[in-house]
Amino acid sequence: MIGAKYFPLIWKNLGRRKVRTVFTILSVMVAFILFALLAALRTGFTGGVELAGADRLITIHKVSLIQPLPASYEADIESVDGVVDATPATWFGGVYRDKRNFFPQIAVEPEEWLAMYPEYVLKPAERESWLAHRTGAIAGRSLAERFGWKVGDRIPIQATIWQRKDGSKTWEFTLEGIYDGAEEGTDTTQFFFRQDYLQEARAFGEGLVGWYVIRVADPARAAETADAIDAEFANSPAETKTTTERAFVQAFANQMGDIGAIVMAILGAVFFTILIVTGNTMAQTVRERIGELAVLKTLGFTDGRVLGLVIGESLLISGLGGGLGLLLGWATVKNVDAGSILSAFYLRGVDAAFGIGLIAALGIVAGILPALRAMRLDVVAALRRG
Amino acid sequence: MTAREGDHTMSDETLIHLSDVTKTYRRGREVVEVLRNLDLEVPRGDFVALMGPSGSGKTTLLNLIGGLDRPTSGTVEVEGQRIDRLSGSRLASWRSRHVGFVFQFYNLLPVLTAERNVEVPLLLTDLSRSARKRHVAAALDIVGLADRAKHHPRELSGGQEQRVGIARAIVSDPTFLLCDEPTGDLDRTTGTEILELLVALNREHGKTVIMVTHDPRAAAFARRTLVVEEGRLRPAEEAVA
Repeated sequence: MIGAKYFPLIWKNLGRRKVRTVFTILSVMVAFILFALLAALRTGFTGGVELAGADRLITIHKVSLIQPLPASYEADIESVDGVVDATPATWFGGVYRDKRNFFPQIAVEPEEWLAMYPEYVLKPAERESWLAHRTGAIAGRSLAERFGWKVGDRIPIQATIWQRKDGSKTWEFTLEGIYDGAEEGTDTTQFFFRQDYLQEARAFGEGLVGWYVIRVADPARAAETADAIDAEFANSPAETKTTTERAFVQAFANQMGDIGAIVMAILGAVFFTILIVTGNTMAQTVRERIGELAVLKTLGFTDGRVLGLVIGESLLISGLGGGLGLLLGWATVKNVDAGSILSAFYLRGVDAAFGIGLIAALGIVAGILPALRAMRLDVVAALRRG
Repeated sequence: MTAREGDHTMSDETLIHLSDVTKTYRRGREVVEVLRNLDLEVPRGDFVALMGPSGSGKTTLLNLIGGLDRPTSGTVEVEGQRIDRLSGSRLASWRSRHVGFVFQFYNLLPVLTAERNVEVPLLLTDLSRSARKRHVAAALDIVGLADRAKHHPRELSGGQEQRVGIARAIVSDPTFLLCDEPTGDLDRTTGTEILELLVALNREHGKTVIMVTHDPRAAAFARRTLVVEEGRLRPAEEAVA
């Protein structure tokens, strides 16, 4: 309907009321910066759900996550039909220097853990070093950057749960490696150390682990396999509850409320306001140009072309404001260190694509009523009015 | 200047034919009959001045000929085609190919330069950008404003603006020009220059011109003058008599 040759005409019209146009574009821009930040925030709270492995299950104590499970369950779980591998993990819950410096510390079996989570990418030399040193640990890139850690650093952590056999609460670890995420959004805020170090040195809890991570052969049969695992330990002193990792992360995220719904509610209010602002600008611009639009129609512009010109102008305003807003939002998200609060804080491709769709929708919806008015313009009456 | 006789650019072929045209408007509860059983024939190459008192229906007649309005009854034919039967979009497309409009107040787009204003009708064609530029340059050259191509309307005098308006009207080489009081906003000297330009377009380029005017001096530039009175047309001589 409207080709590129009409662009100069649309573009020049934007400059007619520069201040109004600039303010409208700025309003749209701010809305889309907010959109990018809120989308990243939502990813921070719920993004782990989508990144969770489809072929991984989590087995916890049936009573609650904080109840330990016997270490002997590993072999039993691995014997269940459909299970490829199982590996234990235990929550440490220590404090590094200050209580405010929270980050997850988890005791794991290094080799099994890295095999279970191929998304944690560690250099081969660092991996070998971790496997060779019992007090060794690895940290995610965000965490290491947050505290300025380098490989080889000694990291003392005060235990809040696991007192040492010697009565001390201080656990010393040597940072053997820093892992990166295989994809954007992979959690690099965690600290992993060796399960055997914890087992040997803690004053109590011998033979117990926190939970198990299990890889299944067929993700399509994950529910069936989970039931089989729980059935294995039914009526035992430590009954289990097995779910997919995705459901596990989702349940964890839900503890903080429905972040997605909250974000959508805020964005809904913001975009409704922006729609009114942009729509008002377009209505004014058409009202001021009735005579010119009548001339265009006189010269042979069809109703559709006039409609397209006005919609094009509205799209250009929302495109400039929204595009700038998304870019600035993305840059802000990129440069904000949210590692102390969120495991992931980034603008996902799907959210950026949704933002682009929102820009187009805003342009069309804000422009449609003024465009229809322009389209239905009575040329003779408009020319008579001058 | 007087109406030219025996000009070889005028042909016997009828270009525009209005037959038994009536146009009524509704003003509240009242029905106003602006044109009544009007007939008009305009040969190709003619230059017709339409005169008449305010509200006599001159502009309404111009709008019917230009496909901007439809008659309440009767027929409007251009080159044998019934334009009163065309749909809105086909009529718009027809206007872009056949009619060049010249307005009293120029009606240029203030945000565009002279050359961009002249280019506007060409946006509706399939011409390439370079071809459009060539046509625009030629049209501005004809009206003597090649050196003002990059100027915005606010940087031009009234006469220059009207020349740009005429360049816009002729750039797509329309079948005929419709001019609504083209000198109504200009002083006498500038008005004369514009009328001489219209005469040149008529005589040298063979353009058929239909011009609405209040000014008998302007009408004298036309080949013939018709007066719209009480909804009908008659030759100026008859009116004078």
